[in-house]
Amino acid sequence: MKATEIAALFNEPACSHNAKEKSGCARPKPGATAGGCSFDGAQIALLPVADVAHIVHGPIACAGSSWDNRGTRSSGPTLYKTGMTTDLTEQDVIMGRGEKRLFHAIKQAVDDHAPAAVFVYATCVTALIGDDMEAVCKAATQHFGVPVVPVDCAGFYGTKNLGNRIAGEAMFRHVIGTREPDPVPEAAICKLGPGIKVHDISLIGEYNIAGEFWHVAPLFDELGLRILSTLSGDARYREVQTMHRAEASMVVCAKALLNVARKIEETWGVPYFEGSFYGVADMSHALREFTRLLNDPDLTARTEALIAREEARADAALAPWRERLRGKRALLYTGGVKSWSVVSALQDLGMEVVATGTKKSTEEDKARIREIMGPDANMIEDGSPKGLLNAYKDLRADILIAGGRNLYTALKARIPFLDINQEREFGYAGYTGMTELARQLALTMESPVWDKVRRPSPWAQTKTAGTPMVV
Amino acid sequence: MADILKRTKALAVNPLKVSQPIGAALAFLGLRNALPMLHGSQGCTAFGKVFLVRHFREPIPLQTTAMDQVSTVMGADENVIEGLRTICEKSKPEIIGLPTTGLSETQGSDVRRLVREFRAAHPQFDHIAVVPVITPDYTGSLESGYALAVEAIIDALVKKSALAGRRHRQVNVLASSMLTPGDTESIKEWIEAFGLRPVLLPDIGDSLDGHLAEAETTPLTLGGTPKSEIESMGESIATLVIGRSLHRAADLLKARTGVPDFRFDHLLGLDACDAFTQMLATLSGQPVPAKIERHRAQLQDAMVDTHFMTGFTRVALALDPDMLLAFGEFLSGVGAEVIAAVAPARADALSDVHCAAVQIGDLEDLERLAQMAGAQLLVSNSHAAPIAARLGIPLLRAGFPQYDFVGGYARAWVGYRAARQTLFDLANLILGQHHDIPAYRSIYRSDSDIAQADAGLVRH
Repeated sequence: MKATEIAALFNEPACSHNAKEKSGCARPKPGATAGGCSFDGAQIALLPVADVAHIVHGPIACAGSSWDNRGTRSSGPTLYKTGMTTDLTEQDVIMGRGEKRLFHAIKQAVDDHAPAAVFVYATCVTALIGDDMEAVCKAATQHFGVPVVPVDCAGFYGTKNLGNRIAGEAMFRHVIGTREPDPVPEAAICKLGPGIKVHDISLIGEYNIAGEFWHVAPLFDELGLRILSTLSGDARYREVQTMHRAEASMVVCAKALLNVARKIEETWGVPYFEGSFYGVADMSHALREFTRLLNDPDLTARTEALIAREEARADAALAPWRERLRGKRALLYTGGVKSWSVVSALQDLGMEVVATGTKKSTEEDKARIREIMGPDANMIEDGSPKGLLNAYKDLRADILIAGGRNLYTALKARIPFLDINQEREFGYAGYTGMTELARQLALTMESPVWDKVRRPSPWAQTKTAGTPMVV
Repeated sequence: MADILKRTKALAVNPLKVSQPIGAALAFLGLRNALPMLHGSQGCTAFGKVFLVRHFREPIPLQTTAMDQVSTVMGADENVIEGLRTICEKSKPEIIGLPTTGLSETQGSDVRRLVREFRAAHPQFDHIAVVPVITPDYTGSLESGYALAVEAIIDALVKKSALAGRRHRQVNVLASSMLTPGDTESIKEWIEAFGLRPVLLPDIGDSLDGHLAEAETTPLTLGGTPKSEIESMGESIATLVIGRSLHRAADLLKARTGVPDFRFDHLLGLDACDAFTQMLATLSGQPVPAKIERHRAQLQDAMVDTHFMTGFTRVALALDPDMLLAFGEFLSGVGAEVIAAVAPARADALSDVHCAAVQIGDLEDLERLAQMAGAQLLVSNSHAAPIAARLGIPLLRAGFPQYDFVGGYARAWVGYRAARQTLFDLANLILGQHHDIPAYRSIYRSDSDIAQADAGLVRH
């Protein structure tokens, strides 16, 4: 990828961060850098497309260490969980056989797995030796009659966030808008009943971690909102192709995929909003935003009824948990949008968020945080283990809520922890997901082990010589 | 002699291979107050870190030279120097490991020269050892990357000397990547039982065993082989080498120091344990402690008890070469048949694996071979779980990574007691697969018979 193309990706007019940083995030500091690369980000953004063969073009390190390590779930095909890489050898690199191997690899994937499409991810080595992936993919598409999409995402291009954008860009350039949606199935119309108009929508940046979106999906069905596609949780290739026909879309979590929403709006006039499914208040807000954009009075009325019903139900389910969690102090350290979306979920539960991490947050995210947590909200920039533990102590927190990489930071320091990132096993989205969130919070905070591991050993105080026991 | 079947596919499906830089990083993680820094893009480190964190359920110190677009094209020499300086200033380690990656090797980076340049520019950090090692991911696998790092550590820290035997109770152990933290712990106890003092290189059992420590957080390894101990390896009476992947490292250590070495392919199962125990008795001049005799007898008893389950069991293995050799020998030693063996990369050990052929390949090959040969049990890493489920057979988890199984990293395989436990586990996995013969109803039976069976009555 050319430097100019990368620069163009950094330029995201719809992002409030844009004015400040044209060059993207600050250059990573050797010897003091954490976080993934562009390949990581691109793969994470697209891997949930379930019926696609995802081929990592490069030597083993990129796929070998990362395949099948995400909690995203599919309700149908599981091809996305099959790790695929060209696993280049030294000879391939030296003799320039990478392109040839890739072509054969695509053939093998197509022959053995009959994928709906093939996504090919570039890596550092293949970018550096100059493999012309775009040409190979084009030739393979013609040859095998299956769409083969190049994702030019070498790790050294930059951060994970940039990788997300690259992935979005690849979808916009090669996939979205290449097919018209199917008609709404008769059976669905019958089920909805007469007079209900079906609207088409899409969700951008929803990854169905641990299947959590399945808490939310039935509500959309009930309202007559057909999700043409998500990008990319539990998605299929043929669905992603039709995203441009949505009447409205929602950017769910990843600010980084804002470029897709914006370009779809510019090209096909699909309006979008940014929201979240975490927490009762945000969940309801998301549904209301759709009704605002779709402007259908009947839908609005039915949505309000549904919200009233679901909120009442959620309140009833959460009542006993709220009792137990009230007043507990949480220290939150997550990236970007989650820095505020989870705050509102925790507040719903009666908890106090004593601080939130803002390292990856945009200016707009921070404004949101101030709106929710008050003008004096504590924002943590220092995400190092030491920084987090200091904040935990200074702010007298009861629990650390962060990504999996901080799990052992917490456990080593003998403090309760909740995993909020991609690899987690539990789904927290929607009205019902809140109960699971509450349960997990209580489970860790109320555990008796903390007390046991914090107590010194019985002999620790009696190190001075004692009196020998006389029998 | 096993035939080695070359890789024939263009696409690796469900890879078995883990990259060399991760293996090298792992070896450095077994040194005290150390910090590995991969010379590559930040993703090389991020992926490696997550991989190791999930396996060990421990925080993993791992840094990166963070090559970006500009430094990849224009030269990343400054990244290495700056990275080394930053780590020296910030974290004050005793040892910095500097494995290269596919990216930096393709670019043509010369890390050895860069270390010399770093030394010249920053003499104030001379007390901090920097160990560069060439580990591109397009050759070898975790095991070879680890072995290269061990060799590089010896090269950097063990000086040419002729003092062998000066510390007359000290024994060196070169520990291959097949050994878990639980294993290295057992090996140390084993050696200490004979009044000897072990120096393990590396010692991931001291750093990655998973223990709550006083220090709540540290940027460096907590535990592991101290630098000073490595420097004293030339004064030991002997070196015990465990795993064929370390033969080159062993050759170097011997050439440097003249300390005699004794080589073991592995320490799995009765025969291997006996050979090792005998060696320790010889080195120490002490009788075998009664406790070890007892453990040996317990293993023998377990072998007898479980042979009903392990005998004739058809096992498919997908492991790194050292482990493949170990498990092949151990399993055939208890009557099981190794009907398929898959290794991620070539190695000398493979031709001696107890199986007709060893396929260089991936877990898709394992699945195909296991299915074709009617395997009844798989031995591989956690990635083989879905394959085992598809084939409807159990999986014994071994190797890297084990992310869906708590304590996999801590389990010991070596020694009499661990071998006994492994036999129990194997037996139980096989028992769990046991299917009763489906009931057959005689056409002459009356219907009242069914009613009785449904009521849950016991029939004899």
